[in-house]
Amino acid sequence: MADSAQDDDGVTRRDFFNVAAVAASVVGAGLAAWPLINSMNPAADVLALSSTEIDLTPIEVGQSITVVWRGKPVFIRRRTEAEIEQARADDKASLPDQELDADRVQNPEWLVMVGICTHLGCIPLGQKAGEPRGDFGGWFCPCHGSHYDTSGRIRRGPAPRNLEIPEYIFLDDTTIRIG
Amino acid sequence: MAGAPNREYKNSLVRWIEYRLPIFSLLDHTIGRDYPTPKNLNYWWSLGAVLTIALIIQIITGIFLAMYYVPTAEGAFDSVERIMRDVNSGWMIRYIHSNGAALFFAAVYIHILRGMYYGSYKRPRELLWFIGIIIFILMMATAFMGYVLPWGQMSFWAATVITNLFSAIPWVGDSITIWLWGGFSVGSATLQRFYSLHYVLPFVIFGATIVHIWAIHVHGPNNPKGISVKGPQDTIPYHPYFTTKYMVVFGIFFIALAFLVFYEPNYLNHSDQFKRANPLVTPANIVPEWYFLPFYAILRSIPDKLMGVVAFGGSLMILFILPWVDTSRVRSGAFRPVFKQFFWIFVADVILLGYIGSQPPAGALLIIGRLATVYYFAHFIIILPLVGWMERPKPLPESIAEPVLKGEGGQ
Amino acid sequence: MIVLKTMTGLKLGSLRRMATAVVVAAGIVFTSGLSANAAEEAREYESHDWSFYGLFGTYDRASLQRGYRVYKDVCASCHSLRLISFRNLVEIGFTEDEAKGIASEFTVEDGPDAEGDMFERTARLSDRIPSPYRNDNEARSINNGALPPDLSLIVKARHGGPNYIFALLNGYSEEAPEDFHLTDGMTYNPYFAGAEIAMPEPLFEDAVEYGDGTTASVEQMAEDVTHFLAWASEPTLDRRHQLGFQVMIFLILLTGLFWIVKRRTWKDMH
Repeated sequence: MADSAQDDDGVTRRDFFNVAAVAASVVGAGLAAWPLINSMNPAADVLALSSTEIDLTPIEVGQSITVVWRGKPVFIRRRTEAEIEQARADDKASLPDQELDADRVQNPEWLVMVGICTHLGCIPLGQKAGEPRGDFGGWFCPCHGSHYDTSGRIRRGPAPRNLEIPEYIFLDDTTIRIG
Repeated sequence: MAGAPNREYKNSLVRWIEYRLPIFSLLDHTIGRDYPTPKNLNYWWSLGAVLTIALIIQIITGIFLAMYYVPTAEGAFDSVERIMRDVNSGWMIRYIHSNGAALFFAAVYIHILRGMYYGSYKRPRELLWFIGIIIFILMMATAFMGYVLPWGQMSFWAATVITNLFSAIPWVGDSITIWLWGGFSVGSATLQRFYSLHYVLPFVIFGATIVHIWAIHVHGPNNPKGISVKGPQDTIPYHPYFTTKYMVVFGIFFIALAFLVFYEPNYLNHSDQFKRANPLVTPANIVPEWYFLPFYAILRSIPDKLMGVVAFGGSLMILFILPWVDTSRVRSGAFRPVFKQFFWIFVADVILLGYIGSQPPAGALLIIGRLATVYYFAHFIIILPLVGWMERPKPLPESIAEPVLKGEGGQ
Repeated sequence: MIVLKTMTGLKLGSLRRMATAVVVAAGIVFTSGLSANAAEEAREYESHDWSFYGLFGTYDRASLQRGYRVYKDVCASCHSLRLISFRNLVEIGFTEDEAKGIASEFTVEDGPDAEGDMFERTARLSDRIPSPYRNDNEARSINNGALPPDLSLIVKARHGGPNYIFALLNGYSEEAPEDFHLTDGMTYNPYFAGAEIAMPEPLFEDAVEYGDGTTASVEQMAEDVTHFLAWASEPTLDRRHQLGFQVMIFLILLTGLFWIVKRRTWKDMH
């Protein structure tokens, strides 16, 4: 900046206006960047498409289905009596992410959770008959060896948290709506 | 552009970088303290900087629009409406992009006319002028293809009409047209190649802009007096003098852009553009965007398909001969009383052509359009050489720094 | 309306003639303001004082909601509104429950289900307002060859915008002049290009029952539905005007600051 006469307090007036103009420009550029950045967030129509209804009648005891909700797989498992009891018994086991089975289900027979490993986003195995289900009889993530139990809780492996439970409600005995 | 670093930077980090990659001295020599600039540059010289800003705005907003735009005949129209309705701030980004294009052209026309008035195309700046024309033609191609992307009625028929221009070429015209279309009419294939080119051409323009700026720095910018810099007394550093001067123009540019975007975003648009493209129905009156109107009028004024296209191309190509048809030894129009008048008549002629381009070609307007077209070419081929020979220019000042009598040559 | 003027030097002339021939053959005299025999200029219309005009203009929520009623009870039987979803109705002042209630009056096709069949279900907020027709061909065959245009962008897609739509909807009251030759199945409307339109008179006194007790005169309904369609064309206008004011103030102050800096920098130069 070129020199200019100094005021008594040692700050030149031109300096003040220069600083103000530069600061206002930077603030303006920052404000202008926000709409651009925000445009990459989900659009209104994507946010609106956030619920899926599922008919549960075709699922037998001991069977699982995978449905798509918000582009992600949701595991719905109709658990056997043995699995429910196992899950309740495991409430007392040492769990990396402490949670009661009762807090993870609305109806003990139906376990509904997002089928994405909380480690790095792979899809755990255990939905189909014959797939490995891990050491705890639930799900097993082949990417880095995370074991989930019959309540979808992480028991061993690198995953930090239990499989996520989405928001859902039972519309009637055989229909749920996720989201 | 960048000479050897001759300035000691105080900041040690700056010095560290400068020693390895002299970007700070490059900036200082390009638009900074070490760029000696003729001290008499007026506000019309700010348009080059404004155009750079406009190009950057178009590129940035375009990149974000491309994240949502779908380049297919089925999906394009709806994807644009989705941007306008559902994407966060999508309407703002799109309105900035579409109105920004219009202001980009407004600025480029002023920039070109400034060059013509002050003789900026003359020796030794002929190549600078050429690069500018190439940028202008690239801009027209980019803007045209961008206009096609929303796939409204005007998009579709603009694409049809302009691609059909190539069918005027003897023998191979039809094959070229089909090659341009990628089919037997304008369709998805056409749209997708236009999208591809619309995305990449701005970066070509950006590259050409860097060459343009490089070329300016070889002999320094022209100035309102049109006389060469004689010594340090004629120049001042670009920064802070011209940076602060041009920031004012940036502010005005942004105010104009914001006014269009927020209050009249569709003022320059056409209602037919809000109808989905329909290959079976042509709009009643096809009008290109305003910035193409003068050239469109020239195209239409020739009652022969091939010659119309030739005139259209010629109206742009003739800009290349400007450095040689202008026979005057004096650069700046400020010292050329006769040229000055013909310059303004030329501007009026282009505006008249623009008006005629916006009207249906009929009756008296058709005749006036032809006369205006003839005048457009005559300005370059007849008037400029004659004026150069016959005009008696005013006496030139000794130097830029010398005070000029009666305030000639801008402030 | 100049339709058949040839454009010298362009292939467009022949394309246009071809296009016009197709249009005439199909008996479409309704599309996009382009009418094959549009010899007569449409009548000028007046500018109406819309609440969304001006720098601070906003949509009138009550009028928008009444306008939706008119659209639903009158226009929707022939005209689609395909860019509008039920969730958008919340933006014009309906509560979410009201919008859900409106949606539940419609059924939409969904699927395929587990057996691969398409099925009908009640519409949800995320659904678009369903079109009255399966496709354009059905629309034409039901409407005597004329295609009722989609109304999502109608206000922006017509020269004159809301003033034109408003004038057109009010323009049915006049009788055709004696010497005017009205084509079979068409209705006289001086504001439409060619002064005859395939859309029969849509609005009659009390065609709609307004919830807020407003008298449903033809003019009132025309105003409300035009207001609603203007919103459908440009739903972001309120936000745009509000933000625009702030941006303009900021930029004017910033430019003023730049001006001061420039003046001070150049002070000793002149």
